[in-house]
Amino acid sequence: MSGKDRIDVFPSRMAQTIMKARLKGAQTGRNLLKKKADALTMRFRQILRKIIETKTLMGEVMREAAFSLAEAKFAAGDFSTTVIQNVNKAQVKVRAKKDNVAGVTLPVFEHYHEGGDSYELTGLARGGEQLTKLKRNYAKAVELLVELASLQTSFVTLDEAIKITNRRVNAIEHVIIPRIERTLSYIITELDEREREEFYRLKKIQEKKKQIKERNEIERVARCAKLGVVEEPANMLMDERDEDLLFE
Amino acid sequence: MAGRGKLIAVIGDEDTCTGFLLGGIGELNKNRKPNFLVIEKDTSVTEIEETFKGFLARDDIGIILINQFIAEMIRHAIDAHTQSIPAVLEIPSKEHPYDASKDSILRRAKGMFSAEDFR
Repeated sequence: MSGKDRIDVFPSRMAQTIMKARLKGAQTGRNLLKKKADALTMRFRQILRKIIETKTLMGEVMREAAFSLAEAKFAAGDFSTTVIQNVNKAQVKVRAKKDNVAGVTLPVFEHYHEGGDSYELTGLARGGEQLTKLKRNYAKAVELLVELASLQTSFVTLDEAIKITNRRVNAIEHVIIPRIERTLSYIITELDEREREEFYRLKKIQEKKKQIKERNEIERVARCAKLGVVEEPANMLMDERDEDLLFE
Repeated sequence: MAGRGKLIAVIGDEDTCTGFLLGGIGELNKNRKPNFLVIEKDTSVTEIEETFKGFLARDDIGIILINQFIAEMIRHAIDAHTQSIPAVLEIPSKEHPYDASKDSILRRAKGMFSAEDFR
């Protein structure tokens, strides 16, 4: 039998009880894992739906922001090079927090502001209003994007976790439980076999005893007929043969 | 458990980068290396790919924003990245509006994709 074999145990009643307990344990474990996989899948679908919503929303927000960028460029001239050269410290950063769903830790991003606005003086010459509007739009876009990033990371992590849990459920269902069941049936067949052997032995002994008894009876009757009525009790010390031995 | 602050990196065309830098995400780290890359018409695919991999290797970057048309160029590198952090987000650019069917994250959920999408 290739693939899943049975566990090698000596077939006894204790082994049978132990195997039964293990089967019970494996079944309980499988049910628990199935519940966990279901909870994770539910959460997964929720997140997926939210991701699709947020992505469509993000498409619009980005378009808005791009428009305001065009406006600001029109009003303030080309400030891209100034902006790119003036980079030194980020004002918006993200932090990774941990969220827990059915025993799986999901990373969640939280954005926070730090320090002042390093572009306060840009657009001081012209187009200041458009520039502030632009900054606000892009800040809004960044917030939305951080949220989207959290959703995406939880999505990816959940995907992995669901695959692992499903793998374990399948392993228990298709490998471990059948193996234990085969072991159990093997033990039961062995025990039955032994009982039958025992039974057969007893029956044989009974037969032999009956035969010996009949023979003795015939001898006794024959002897009594010769010597008269003399009862002889059985003498255990003289009997050298042990009746219970089947094969000598 | 809040870790130390992580940065948002940007790989995009000039307008996208300008916008996000104005939003306040740009930073130069100790070696004067920026967390963004402005893509011009003549930027080579290798350079983009190397910057992307560089961002992935840095542990102070939590999110990478990348324009979708650039993501198309280094699709294989993005698909090879399967960890959850840094998160790679595809954003539309002015010329190329958002196309959900090209997004690598959504493609991983292909099975549950069809009925709920394009609403």
